[in-house]
Amino acid sequence: MGSGRFFGGVHPSYNKGLADSSAIVEMPLPERLVVFFAQNLGVPSQPVVKKGDEVKKGQVIAEAGGFVSTPVHAPTSGTIGSIDIYPSPVGVDAPAAVLVPDGKDEWFEGCNVERSSEGLGVKKIKEMIHDKGIVGMGGATFPTHVKLSPLAEKKMDLLVINGAECEPYLTADHRLMVEHAEGIRDGASLFATVIGVRNVVVAIEKNKPDAIEVMCKAVVGCQGFSVEAMDVIYPQGAEKQLIYTLTKRKVPAGGLPMDVGVLVQNVGTALAAYEAVRYNRPLIQRVVTVTGSGIREPKNVLARVGTRFEDLVKFCGGLEGDAAKCINGGPMMGVAQYSLDAAVTKGTSGLVILRQEEVTQFVSDACIRCARCLEVCPMKLNPSALSIFIEKMRFEDANEYNVMDCIECGCCAYVCPSRRPMVHHFRRAKAEVRKLQRKTG
Amino acid sequence: MLTAVIALAALALLAAFGLAIAARVFAVPHNPKADEIEEVLPGANCGACALPGCAELARRIAEGKADIDACPVGGESAAHTIAAIMGMEFEGGAEREVALVLCKGSDQVAAKRFFYNGIYDCNSAVLVFGGDKACTYGCLGLGTCAGVCLFGAIDMVPGGLAVVDPEKCTGCAQCVAACPKGIIKMVPASRKLHILCSSHDKGGVARKHCKVACIGCMKCVKAAPEGAITMDNFLAVVDYSFEIPAEVAAECPMNTIIVTGDAAGACEEPAAAAGGDA
Repeated sequence: MGSGRFFGGVHPSYNKGLADSSAIVEMPLPERLVVFFAQNLGVPSQPVVKKGDEVKKGQVIAEAGGFVSTPVHAPTSGTIGSIDIYPSPVGVDAPAAVLVPDGKDEWFEGCNVERSSEGLGVKKIKEMIHDKGIVGMGGATFPTHVKLSPLAEKKMDLLVINGAECEPYLTADHRLMVEHAEGIRDGASLFATVIGVRNVVVAIEKNKPDAIEVMCKAVVGCQGFSVEAMDVIYPQGAEKQLIYTLTKRKVPAGGLPMDVGVLVQNVGTALAAYEAVRYNRPLIQRVVTVTGSGIREPKNVLARVGTRFEDLVKFCGGLEGDAAKCINGGPMMGVAQYSLDAAVTKGTSGLVILRQEEVTQFVSDACIRCARCLEVCPMKLNPSALSIFIEKMRFEDANEYNVMDCIECGCCAYVCPSRRPMVHHFRRAKAEVRKLQRKTG
Repeated sequence: MLTAVIALAALALLAAFGLAIAARVFAVPHNPKADEIEEVLPGANCGACALPGCAELARRIAEGKADIDACPVGGESAAHTIAAIMGMEFEGGAEREVALVLCKGSDQVAAKRFFYNGIYDCNSAVLVFGGDKACTYGCLGLGTCAGVCLFGAIDMVPGGLAVVDPEKCTGCAQCVAACPKGIIKMVPASRKLHILCSSHDKGGVARKHCKVACIGCMKCVKAAPEGAITMDNFLAVVDYSFEIPAEVAAECPMNTIIVTGDAAGACEEPAAAAGGDA
């Protein structure tokens, strides 16, 4: 296993010191929770509750809408106050249930019961991971059971547990590794059993020495497990870049990690899967890093899914006077929020709040063809040409130039001296290309 | 000198002979009517007939594969001339339709949720929380429709609102396809009363978002002939097969309904309102 280095990438200021030494704290139940029905990438889940229903903690409130879909569970016991459209933190308005907690926090029958995970069959483990609503917790929220079902003809030989956390500011995965190393390791063994691989690598960036140390200790004596310390460069944690760094294997354009025999899972996902199988606990809470100069007490908060950002902010001491921007996720890939009414979903890894002095409204200019974006694009695309095509509405040309391979990491926009809104352009083009593809079948 | 002249003349003769043969052998059968028809068509190649351009439509009409009134832009006058070329009678086809933006919420009357400084294009803006307007149904005002209009029929009034000039509109419907909010509709040009709102929000919410929103009070529904205005999920919708008396507009407490035509300025009312702020 060689420690390679993927092409491109940038070195933003990481600012992880704000929260990386504060232990995960559990947040008390807020007055109400806003739980979105669509919590995974793929087919949205179908609600099975209505206004006024009493639910228990861990009870299914929305069922999977298809194979690439997962159920959603009630994060606590209480009453469904209403079902309406709410601004979801990823940039669309989506249906959600307002859950008013009754304060008892009572588990649904059968949930939170310890049981042995020894001798469980592959099918059974996958079924449990699906039933407990486990999705990729790095932010993409892709249903985990789907990733655990690689095509039979693909020979899998490596499981990567992604603890890179290359996104600036965020420390949720970092703290998770420091505090729950055993759980992550056991979750990883489950994944390894399911896809039938012996080699497991826990990949961590070198700027988290304490996490590397703890993980190293945790995997001592585990056959096939190793911990890899990687160079600090953004986007080290992106699936394809991570695989290249660790194995020098290149995932083909438009392909998936399974095409090169690798499965990548986030550390949070591994822990959630472990808890689902071992304790029958659905995914109803996650660690959210609330950080940035605009928040009084940056913390790593264990928050229930559905916790409104406003309550999170309150729990972290409130906003500084000149707080100006709130980003769901990290500053590179996150989505700026227009109100604190949005709520934590299974993919919310952080909430970054910046002050006025750190927020600039850019005016974008014409491309000067300096090619800095070409130097940093980790997918080796030509962002400059792409953005010009897209400005001229030439979406077919953008498709020819592989805009669909863009991972929206934002490196191009980060280095652009003309301050061009590159990722916005690419998102638009992807939407248009998908439209074209649907039209031509 | 003489040799040169003879040689060149011989070459010229040879080339002319070759060309004459080529003109016979590779001749494209051509319908002279198609040329005449193409002259009549507007020549904008707008695509409203769903064909690759005016020449193609002309060819199809000449071959009898398309109707003589297939060009919505040329309208009746073109159809009459084409009928004469084709030696047919034109009895008058479907009524002329024009585009209408079903929103009246300029920045002066409609609230915004956030400050958007991204790409100046409605289809890009809509990717960010569906746009900056509090009303998620309304016109984003970045002028994508005006950009695709080949006839300069769409004005962006100050305050960010697209307004179609029914005189200039040729009915090609390119703007209908371009609008990400789907709030541009084709309506019969002869109809004058319009409800300029697309919000399906409940009354209270709609009112909070926009001062000229339809709040679903149903006053217009009651005042109009039975069935002429119907409610669709908190929104009053005009059925253009009915003739609706202009007085109905006065019933609207939100000033959402407009009557165009006689009062030429009626449709530019938002612009007039903007004057004060600018």
